[in-house]
Amino acid sequence: MVQPMLQVDGVTMKFGSLVANNRVTFHVNKGEIVGLIGPNGAGKTTLFNCISGFYTPTEGRVVFRGTDITGMKPHLICKLGLTRTFQIVKPLKEMTVKENIMTGAFLHVNTRREAEESADEILEMTHLHDKRDQLAGSLTIADKKRLEVARALATRPDMLMLDEPMAGLNQTEVKEVMELCVSLKENGLTLMIVEHIMEGIMPIADRVVVLNAGEKIAEDVPEVVVNDENVIKAYLGERYHAQSKKS
Amino acid sequence: MIEQVAVSGLLMGLIYALVAVGLSLTWGVLDIINFAHGEYLMLSMYTAFWLYTLFNMDPYVSLPLAALLIFVIGYLNYKIVIKKVIDAPGLTALLATFGLSLLFRNLAQFFWTPNIRFISNTIVTDKKIELGSVVLGMPQLVAAIGSIIMVFVIYHFITKTKIGKAIQATAQDKSTARLMGINTEKIYALTLAIAGAAAGIAGSFMSTFYPVYPESGMMYGLLGFVIVALGGFGNIMGALYGGIIIGLAEAFGAYFLGTQFKYAVVFLIYLVVIQFKPRGLFGW
Amino acid sequence: MVIIRDILRDQKKGIAALLVLIGLLPFIIQDNNFRHVMIMFVLFAALGQAWNIITGYAGQTSFGHAAFFGIGAYASTVLLWKFDVSPWIGMLVGGIIASLVACVVSYPCFKLSGHYFAIATLAIGEIMLQLFVSWEYVEGATGIMLPIKEKGLLNMQFHPANKLPYFYIIYLLFVLIVSIAYIIERSKMGFYLKAIRENPDAAMAIGIDTTKYKLYAMAVSAFLTAIVGSFYAQYVMYIDPFMVFALRISMQIVLLTVLGGLGNIFGPIIGSAILIFLSQYTRIILGGTGKGVDLILFGLLVVVMACYQPNGIVGLFRKFVTKRRREVGVHGTADVAG
Repeated sequence: MVQPMLQVDGVTMKFGSLVANNRVTFHVNKGEIVGLIGPNGAGKTTLFNCISGFYTPTEGRVVFRGTDITGMKPHLICKLGLTRTFQIVKPLKEMTVKENIMTGAFLHVNTRREAEESADEILEMTHLHDKRDQLAGSLTIADKKRLEVARALATRPDMLMLDEPMAGLNQTEVKEVMELCVSLKENGLTLMIVEHIMEGIMPIADRVVVLNAGEKIAEDVPEVVVNDENVIKAYLGERYHAQSKKS
Repeated sequence: MIEQVAVSGLLMGLIYALVAVGLSLTWGVLDIINFAHGEYLMLSMYTAFWLYTLFNMDPYVSLPLAALLIFVIGYLNYKIVIKKVIDAPGLTALLATFGLSLLFRNLAQFFWTPNIRFISNTIVTDKKIELGSVVLGMPQLVAAIGSIIMVFVIYHFITKTKIGKAIQATAQDKSTARLMGINTEKIYALTLAIAGAAAGIAGSFMSTFYPVYPESGMMYGLLGFVIVALGGFGNIMGALYGGIIIGLAEAFGAYFLGTQFKYAVVFLIYLVVIQFKPRGLFGW
Repeated sequence: MVIIRDILRDQKKGIAALLVLIGLLPFIIQDNNFRHVMIMFVLFAALGQAWNIITGYAGQTSFGHAAFFGIGAYASTVLLWKFDVSPWIGMLVGGIIASLVACVVSYPCFKLSGHYFAIATLAIGEIMLQLFVSWEYVEGATGIMLPIKEKGLLNMQFHPANKLPYFYIIYLLFVLIVSIAYIIERSKMGFYLKAIRENPDAAMAIGIDTTKYKLYAMAVSAFLTAIVGSFYAQYVMYIDPFMVFALRISMQIVLLTVLGGLGNIFGPIIGSAILIFLSQYTRIILGGTGKGVDLILFGLLVVVMACYQPNGIVGLFRKFVTKRRREVGVHGTADVAG
């Protein structure tokens, strides 16, 4: 059997008496785009934090390419090839766009020249080239989101976890992010994307995991998930389903 | 002997608490370390000294005047300086308050010389109370009692009055406070003014037993930071307990290890506590 | 102003030009008083530069750098005084001890956030002061008068009337520290430190071991601060704990760097120039009456700068340059970022 890229195994995260994630199990295969969706407060970001090492799960295991990374420090997880972005963008404000990306690139190179070369490539790929000398703090929200992805890409991950990369963007910008994700997939990258914008995630995802109130309620290809009784009830009923009926 | 040490430490701790309360409010509400806080204390002590020297006013009589004066200084500090730096990034606010502290301290030195002065004849000078084996100096006793009363008055003001609640709301979430119609500008100014008044009162009390010179507020300002960080900033009761802990630590440190170590003990306790409670003992 | 623009545009040339200028001044102006002022200026600029590494680049506010300054001063002094060891070796020993102390005491404090870390460093500085005040082996509060040794470079002692050798020693140390700061700023470490300053979570997420890099920065900063401390002791020939472990020293380093411009090579140089020349010359002009006029002026300047130019004097220049560039319509992509 082919080992999955990421295996999340019965992950539970409690904050005092609050259960943010309850025995969540799913996996991500190499080369896949997996969407992680669910209504607000479903525990998506908490799960993200558990996987990326920002939280240590109360119970359960996270295995990345055969290595148990449960409770490992975030920077070590990143070194293993699993890099995340943040829902609330965290630009290195007083550094330029290029310097932001170079900082990511330094994970695998030591000299400034190599980092610059690496950053130039990613600037092209993410269409940030024209803005390379702007301070990251002065970017528009769309560009900050893009930079967030670009900086993560610079660490040359095998798998990228994006936390709501499309939130707050207009339609054209959402399209651009979708295209970027697809092209990354074509380049062999594995992606896991938390997203609220169904129009953005459904067309590109190979599979979708749905969380509700901390529990996984569905996991399947998008076409099946959108017709899943539980999912519609929990979440999609209010938004995507209604919209797709309309159209 | 041990009782004497404990009681002296406790009295000092209560005075520290009053110094720290103002600092804690400033820290909690405005999110700045006010380096000039110790200088408020010093200015208040000079106020007491001059009113005593020129008009023969007892420090207890001039206390309201000193409190009012430092209240105004705190208010003006906000309006003229702090207001401009409160949202500035990094170390700007710190730079501003440190500049103010330099300014006050050296103005005091310029006008009043670096000489050490005493208020030699107040109604409590040299008076003592003996309780069994424990001897209490009247000046310290009055200062401690006055301080704890003031701490509770401020606590009551912050937790029970409408303005106090507005101050708390501002401390917790500035933008929400604004949405609720609180004039945060006014709250900031008032907070710094109240902090000043508290330091003013503490300074008046201290002038009855502590020498007055341009740097007399410095060590107290420093201890104030430690007390506030120990108690958890923005927390008035935290400042009270922090003050008492530091007062006792200082007294026992001096007793067991020698006076030269008393502050080392104080700072060491802070470093140890903060390892277990990174946001102070009573921090939010 | 064109010069300033060019300096900011090409950092390397700018720094080199400034260093050469500083190095030549005491050679040209043969006034001992001026040379003394230059020594103090370069000394504090070096201290600011060293502090900048942990606070300006890595964003960890230290109010306790006097601890490392003092360790450096005492290490070389005690070695010379008790064991007849050359101050050059003492300097290295002091730097290493300071680095070790810095790592041991700051490691547990790195988990503290913002003000709590700053107050912890302040506490560390004060504890050092108290310890040395009561440490009899190093003469406690009495302090140590350095023994007179054979004059020459080996013992770092020269004829007191000739300040030039002292100047060039501290100048070389200063150039060394500036070079290290420059190299760090442009290297992987500099990028990592700035990332930690700007956003620790983002830094971790892209694979930066934040604790390790903060420790590196602290160790380097403490080492460099200590070697300057060693020089200071050799220069003034007498030290006591209140001179070298004073909170005043820690805060002077903070102030001059923030005033000049945090996280920038020029910042500490400009800040130190203002602080030292202001204090030395107001003292000369107004007479050394201990009235503290220099500090009144400095305090005022600091307050005004904080209110109106929070990015320090370097920020002021930069604003001017950007404005000018816009006016003359130059669309260069000059590397003026700090």
